[in-house]
Amino acid sequence: MYRYDEFDATIVQERVQQFRGQVARRLAGELTEDEFRPLRLKNGLYLQLHAYMLRIAIPYGVLSSKKLRKLAYIARRYDRGFGHFTTRTNIQFHWPQLNEVPDILQHLAEVEMHSIQTSGNCIRNVTADQFAGAAADEIEDPRPWAEIVRQWSTFHPEFSYLPRKFKIAITGAADDRAAIRVHDIGLRIVQNEAGETGFEVWVGGGLGRIPILAVLCRRFLPKEHLLSYLDAILRTYNLLGRRDNIHKARIKILVQATGGEKFAAMVEEEWEKIKDGPLHLPQAEVERIHRYFAPPSYETLAEIDAEFEAARLEHRDFARWARANVVKHRIAGYAIVNVSLKPEGGTPGDVSADQMDLLADLADRFSLNEIRVTHHQNMVLPHVRKRDLYALWQQLKAAKLATPNLGFISDIISCPGLDYCTLANARSIPVAQRLSRHFSDPRKLDEIGELRLNISGCINACGHHHVGHIGILGVDKHGQEFYQVTLGGSSKDDAALGKIVGASFSEDEIVPAIDTIIQTYLANRAGRGERFVDYYRRVGMDPFKEALYGPATARRPAAE
Amino acid sequence: MALLRHGALQPNDWRFVADDAAVPDDGAVTVSLNRWQAEGEALRSRAAPTGVRLKNDETALALAADAHRLPLIELEFPKFTDGRAFSQARILRDKLGYQGELRAFGNILRDQYFYMTRCGIDAVELPDGKPTEGYLAALKEFSAWYQPASDGRTTVLELRHPANANTRRGAAPLVSESVAAHAL
Repeated sequence: MYRYDEFDATIVQERVQQFRGQVARRLAGELTEDEFRPLRLKNGLYLQLHAYMLRIAIPYGVLSSKKLRKLAYIARRYDRGFGHFTTRTNIQFHWPQLNEVPDILQHLAEVEMHSIQTSGNCIRNVTADQFAGAAADEIEDPRPWAEIVRQWSTFHPEFSYLPRKFKIAITGAADDRAAIRVHDIGLRIVQNEAGETGFEVWVGGGLGRIPILAVLCRRFLPKEHLLSYLDAILRTYNLLGRRDNIHKARIKILVQATGGEKFAAMVEEEWEKIKDGPLHLPQAEVERIHRYFAPPSYETLAEIDAEFEAARLEHRDFARWARANVVKHRIAGYAIVNVSLKPEGGTPGDVSADQMDLLADLADRFSLNEIRVTHHQNMVLPHVRKRDLYALWQQLKAAKLATPNLGFISDIISCPGLDYCTLANARSIPVAQRLSRHFSDPRKLDEIGELRLNISGCINACGHHHVGHIGILGVDKHGQEFYQVTLGGSSKDDAALGKIVGASFSEDEIVPAIDTIIQTYLANRAGRGERFVDYYRRVGMDPFKEALYGPATARRPAAE
Repeated sequence: MALLRHGALQPNDWRFVADDAAVPDDGAVTVSLNRWQAEGEALRSRAAPTGVRLKNDETALALAADAHRLPLIELEFPKFTDGRAFSQARILRDKLGYQGELRAFGNILRDQYFYMTRCGIDAVELPDGKPTEGYLAALKEFSAWYQPASDGRTTVLELRHPANANTRRGAAPLVSESVAAHAL
C-alpha cells in the first residue's frame, strides 16, 4: 500500500489548514453561503436535506485496517455511528457539524486520508479494480498507476475549474471490474505484440442524464506517457467542453459532438507536443511508487486446502457463501473474500462503526491488513488463506456481513435518494430494502443466478441504473414517487445501456413489477446457463412488456 | 480596478479600447484579437505599448506569430467556474514561449490566484475596494505541488529525484523572467 512521503503529508496537512481557515471565515460571517459553497464543495462537503454531508476519498478503493479504524472513530465521534460507501468507492458521513469538519480532516490526515476533490468540477477520486494485486486474471496491478494519477490530479492548477466533474477508472485485468466504459477516461493495461504492457485509453463514457459508453481513443499508450496523454485529453476538454449547459458539459458530449476519431486526433496532436516534456514519467518515480505495491509475503500453500473442503461439505450455509462471495486468488491456497454490505432489509453500502472495527480486526487477522471498497458498494478482504475461510465466515456471519448474495439480485447498488439528497425525485433506499427482503431466500437467489440490479433516485444516475441488468429510476409524477424500469444494461466488457420497459410504477407496484420480470425470465429461459441479461438480449423487451402491461393489442401506448 | 502583480498592489497603466472606439496615439492599451488581426500593422507601429485581450473561446495559438513582441496579454475569467483561461495561459507560456505579462481579469476568487500563478499568469485585476490580503495569503497556503506547470516552481517529483531534474527529456518549460521572479 502507498505510504505518504514528506511531500504528500505536507500537501494534505496544508489543505487541512486552508479548509480550517475557510470554515472559520464562514462561521465568522466573512463568507456568505454562496461564496463558501465552491470552497466546501472542493473538499467534498455538501449541504443536504437535513445537514452537511462529508465525502471522504478512498483512493482506488484501498484501505488499511488502521484507516478503517479511523473511519469507525469518525463515525462514532462525529456522526451517528455509521458511514455510507458510494459507487466512487468513497465513504460519506451524513451528519457532521460544520465547525467539526476541520477536526475530522485532521484525524484523516493522521492516517494519510483526505476529502480532496471528492466533489466539484475537477478530477475526482480515481477508481480501480477492487481485486487489484490479487486477481487471478490480472495482467498488471493498476494501483501504482492509480496512485500516480491521484498525485497528478491533486490540486491540478490547470484542471480544477473544468466544465464538469471528471472521473477516471483503471483496470489491469482481463475481466473489467472497474466499469471503464462508463468513465470520462477508462484505462486498461494491455499487452502489445512485442509483449510490452501499456494502456488502452477509452474516453467519453458516463451515466447521468445522457448515458453514453466511452469510445476507444488510443489502442496502446506506452506507460511512461500516461500523464502527458491525460494532460492532452484534459486540456482539449477544458478548452472545448461546453459550459453553457450543465447537462451537456461532460466530456462525453464533446466527444460525441466532435466524433470519436476526430477527438482522438485532436488529443494526439496536443500530446505529440508535450509527450517528451516534464510530464514524461521518470523511471525512478515509477519504480518508487511500484515498490509500495510489491506483493505481500504470502505463505507457500497448496491450492487445495483440506480444512476448507471439509468445512464446505459439512456446512451448507458456508458452502453457499463460499460459492457466492469468494473469488479465486492469483496465489495458490489464497482466496479473495467479498464482504456483502447488502444484508436483507439493509441500506446498500451502510456500515456501522462496530462493523468497521470488526472488519479492521479481521483484515489484520486474515487478510494481511488490507481491505478494499468496491464500486458495487461492498468491501473486499483481498488476501485470505483458504484454511481461514471458515473462521472468517463465522465472524462475518455474526456481524451480519456474510450475506451470500454477491452478484445476485439483492446485491443492489443504490444512491442515498430522497431520504438524504436534495437532487433526488424519489426514495431509493426503501425500494432497495423491500427488494432485498422479497429476494432474501438464498435458494431463490441461486435459482435466479447472476443479476445486477441498480437504483437511482433521480436522473443524475448516482445509482448507475443505466448499467444494471435491471435498472430502477425514481421519477416525480405530479408530486408522487414513481419508478421507471430499464432492462439490459451492463458496465462490464459487454457494456450496454438499459432500455426503458414501459410506463413507470408506483411505490406499491415496483416490487411486484420486478417480481413479474423475474418470473417471466425464469419461466422462459433456455436453462440455468442463460443469465437474465443473456435471455433479455436473445428475446428482447416483448415478453416482459406483455407480462407487465398485458397483450400489446390491449395496451395503451406508454407515456414514456 | 486594483492590480495585483507579482504579489503586490501596483498601479495599472493599461486600458482596454473597445472595437468601436478609436485607438489613441499615446498610452498603453489592449485591443481585441479581432482588431489586432485586422489592424495589426497600424497597431504594431504605435509608439506606445499595445497588448491583446483574448476572449476565452479564442485560441491562444492565434497569437503564435506575435507572442515574442507582445508586452501584455489579458485573459478573461467571465465566471470563476470558467477555467478555460488556465489552459490558454499554459499554451501561451509553454508552447508559444510568451515572455510578456499575462493578466487575468473578471470574476476571480482568492483561492484561484495561486493556480493562476502556476499557469503563468503574473497579474490579476480585482474590483476596487476588494480586500487583497486574502489573495496574497492564498499564495502561501501550499508549499509543495505535484504538477510541472508554467511557473518554474520545483515540483515534488524533482525534489524526490533531484538527479532527474537535470536530465529530464525534452525542453524544460519556458518560463518568462517575470514569472520566474514571481516564483516563491
